[in-house]
Amino acid sequence: MLKATGIGKRYGAVTVLEGVALHLRPGEVHAVMGQNGAGKSTLIKILTGVVAPDAGALVLDGQPIAPASPLAAQRLGISTVYQEVNLCPNLTVAENLFAGRYPRRGWAALKAIDGPRMVRETRVLLARLNLDIDPTRPLGTLPVAVQQLVAIARALSVQARVLILDEPTSSLDDSEVESLFALLRGLRAAGLAILFVTHFLDQVYAIADRITVLRNGRFVGEWTPAELPAPALVAAMVGRDVALASATSGAADADAGASAPTGAGAPPRLSLRDFGARRRLHPLDLDLHPGEVVGVAGLLGSGRTELARLMFGLDAADSGTLAVQGRVVRFTHPAQAVRLGLAFCPEERKADGVVGALSVRENIVLALQARTGLWPCIRPARQRELARHYIALLGIRAADVDMPIALLSGGNQQKALLARWLATAPQVLILDEPTRGIDVAAKQELMNEVIRLARSGMSVLFISSEIDEVLRISDRIVVMRDRRKAGELPRGAGEAEVLALICEPAA
Amino acid sequence: MTTPDMDTPGPLPATPPADPMWLRASRHPLAWPLATLALILAVNASLNPGLWHLQWRDGHLYGSVVDIVNRAAPLAIVALGLTLVIATRGIDISVGAVVAISGAVAALMIGGDLKIVDGQPVHISHWPLSVALLAALGAAAACGAWNGLLVARAGLQPIIATLIMMLAGRGAAQLLTGGQIITIYYPPYFAIGNGFLLGVPVAALIAGAVWLLMTLLLERSALGLFIQAIGINPRAARVAGVRSRTITICVYAFCGLCAGIAGLIVSSNVKSADGNNAGVLMELDAILAVTVGGTLLTGGRFTLAGTVIGALIIQTLTSTIYAIGVPPEINLVVKAVVVFAVMLLQSPEFRRQLRALAVRPAPGGPR
Repeated sequence: MLKATGIGKRYGAVTVLEGVALHLRPGEVHAVMGQNGAGKSTLIKILTGVVAPDAGALVLDGQPIAPASPLAAQRLGISTVYQEVNLCPNLTVAENLFAGRYPRRGWAALKAIDGPRMVRETRVLLARLNLDIDPTRPLGTLPVAVQQLVAIARALSVQARVLILDEPTSSLDDSEVESLFALLRGLRAAGLAILFVTHFLDQVYAIADRITVLRNGRFVGEWTPAELPAPALVAAMVGRDVALASATSGAADADAGASAPTGAGAPPRLSLRDFGARRRLHPLDLDLHPGEVVGVAGLLGSGRTELARLMFGLDAADSGTLAVQGRVVRFTHPAQAVRLGLAFCPEERKADGVVGALSVRENIVLALQARTGLWPCIRPARQRELARHYIALLGIRAADVDMPIALLSGGNQQKALLARWLATAPQVLILDEPTRGIDVAAKQELMNEVIRLARSGMSVLFISSEIDEVLRISDRIVVMRDRRKAGELPRGAGEAEVLALICEPAA
Repeated sequence: MTTPDMDTPGPLPATPPADPMWLRASRHPLAWPLATLALILAVNASLNPGLWHLQWRDGHLYGSVVDIVNRAAPLAIVALGLTLVIATRGIDISVGAVVAISGAVAALMIGGDLKIVDGQPVHISHWPLSVALLAALGAAAACGAWNGLLVARAGLQPIIATLIMMLAGRGAAQLLTGGQIITIYYPPYFAIGNGFLLGVPVAALIAGAVWLLMTLLLERSALGLFIQAIGINPRAARVAGVRSRTITICVYAFCGLCAGIAGLIVSSNVKSADGNNAGVLMELDAILAVTVGGTLLTGGRFTLAGTVIGALIIQTLTSTIYAIGVPPEINLVVKAVVVFAVMLLQSPEFRRQLRALAVRPAPGGPR
C-alpha cells in the first residue's frame, strides 16, 4: 500500500538515513526496529511529511506522493501517533480529538463550534475503541497513558488507511498494551496498514506480521517474525552477536551480585522517616546505603515519581524528615539537593531534562556548573573534555559536542542527561524511568553503567515500570501502590512476589 | 566582542567541501544586522555627503557619525539590559518610565542653587553629586527588582508585570517632577550627557563600558549559560539546580539599572528632567534594537554585540530620516516601513520563500 524506496536524509554533516526501503501492506502490522539513532523517528517524519527526504521516493497505492506537511499526509490517509504525546493539555479530550476540524453550526461568518455534537461524536468514537474516557475532561488532568490512548483515537478519527505508531506503548502498562493490541488487531482486520515502532521485543512478536530492521540509518532487511527469532533480531539491530540470554539475565545478575554486600552494614547515606506530602505521597520510611541499588517498582501513578520529586526538593514535603549522611535537611529548591550530592534524571526528559537549543556540551555541564555556582565558570576546554569523556563512556551518538542536543535521538538525549548528572559525581543518583524509549543494547549498557557506579560507592534509586529490570538490577526492591509504600523485598525476590505487592488491594 | 557560547561556531565538519567564504559569513548571527547597518549608513551617506567627515576641534571629536554614536548611547544601554531579560523569555516594557524616574530623582537631588562664593557666582547642588547619582540608579534598580519579583515570585506574565511598572513608574516620575520640567543648574552633572573624555563623548564611553562589563561578566561566569537555560527550558534549568528565580530577579534589576544609567544621560543631555516625556516610547525602540540585532523574543540564545548594532541601526535610521528632511509628521511611518523591511529580511522563513521565488522559472519561460 505504502512503499518507500531509497530514502535518504542528512542534517548538516550527519547522515541520518541512507537507502532505506519500507513496504507497508494492507491488513498487516509492520514493526520497524533499530537502536537509538538508527533513524526510525526520522523515517516516520518523512512518511508523515514533517521533513522532506533528500533522496528516494514514496509511493501510495501506485501513486508517487510527496507530503509537504503532516496535514497533507493526513489527507492522503497517513495518520501518526508520536512517541511523546503531541496534544494540548489545556483542551478537553473532545477538543483535542477534533482540533483543527471542529464540527460547526450556524452559517457564514457566524459559524460556531458545535460543542454538544463534538462531545457526542467523541463518545461514539471512544466507545468504538472500547475506551472509557470522559470527553469533557481537560486532557492534562488524565494520566499520561490515557493521553496516549486519546492520541491514538485522534489518529484514527480521520479516515486513516495507514496508521503510524511511534513507540505507542512506552508509557502504557500491560493491560493497556493488551487493549491497544486488541484495537490494532481489529484495525488490521479492517485492512489498515499499520507501522509500529517499539523497543519491546515481546510486543513485536505478539503483534507484528513483518519486521524491518534499520541500523545506523541504513536498511538491514525485512523479515517475518517466524524467519527472525529474537536473538537474530537483536543481532540485526546492533550489528553484532549479542546473545539475548545475556541481555536479559546472566551477565547483569553476576555483576549486580558482586555489588550487593557493600552497603548492608554501613550507616545509610540517605534516610527518610515518615517522609511524605499531602495528596502526593503517604508518609514512608526508606534508607539508601552507599553502593546500593534500590529498585522502585509500581504501576503508573503509584507514587514513584512523586517520591523522587519530593526527595530532590522539586516539590515540598510536608511531613517527616529527610537526612543526608545522618544530617536532617529540608530542601526547598533542587539546588540544595544537588549541593549535597543528589542527582535526579526525571521521567519526562523533554519537559524537565533537555535544554533543546543548547549544545550537547552545555547540556552536559549544566548541572555541574549549577552546583559550582556562577563562579568560576568551567573553562571551555574543560567543558569539551568532560563532554567528550561522557560521550565516549556512555556511547552517545553525537557528531560534535557543539551540536544542539535537540538534534540527537531520544535515547541519546537520555544518555546525555545521565552524563549531566554523572559529571557532578553524585553520591545519590535517582533515576526515574531511565530506560524508557531506549533500545535493548542501550538499556543493557545503561544498566551495566548503573551497577558499575553503585560498585564505586554511589547509592542509586532506580525507578522503572519494567519489573524484570528492577529485579535484575536491585539490591532491594521497594514496591509502591496508591501513593504509599506497599512493601520492601530483598534481593532475589521473584516477579510473582513483586506483582503480589503491586496488586494487593489497599488496606 | 560577543557573548559567551553565542557566536563561537563549533568546529566545522571536515568531510563535506567547505562552502564559499561569503556563504559561511552570511550565516554568522551578526551578518544581517551588520549588513542592515551598512545599508542605512550608505543611504545616509549618499544623501548627506558630510556623514563621514570627522573633525578634531578643541580636543574633541566632531562629526555626524560621532553624533549618531553619542545619541545611540542611552538606547544601546537600555537595550543591552533588555537583552538579558528577553533571553530569559521575559520582556520589560517599563524601561522608558524608569528612564524618567532616574532623571527625576537626579534632578531633584541636584537641583542647583546659585551662590556667591568669594565673589564668584557658583552653582551648588543640594546633595553631593555622587549621592544623587547613586540614589537615581538605586531607584531604577529597585524598579527593576520589583519587576523581577512580580515575574519570578508572584508568577505574573512579564508583559503584565512590567506594564504595571510602566504606568506606575511614569506616574511616580510625574509626581516627583510635579508635572513640570525641572531644570538642573549644576554644570558638573552636564558632563555625563554632553562631556568629552579624551576627545570622545562621555555617553558613548559609558555605553562602551556597560557593554564591556557585561561581556566580561557573561564570559567569565556561568551567567550566560544559566540565562540561556532558563530562557529555553525553565523547568529543566530548575531540575538541574539552576537558581532560576534569583537569576531572573537579578536580570530584571540589572535591566532597571541600565535604564537608570540611560535616564542620567538623557536628563544630563537636556539639562533637565521631564517626567511626562523623558523615555516615552523608548521601550519600543529598545525592543526593536534587540530584535533587529538578532536576539529572538522567544528567549534563549542572545547576542550583546547584535543589540549594540541594533541600537546603532535605530539611531542611524532616526538621524537619516531627519537628515533627508522627511516631514516630522510622517517620521514614524517611514521608520515603521524600514523596520518592517529589516525584520522581514532577517526572517529565515521569508528568505527561504524569497529564494524559492528566485529559483522557480518564470511562467512562460523555457521549460
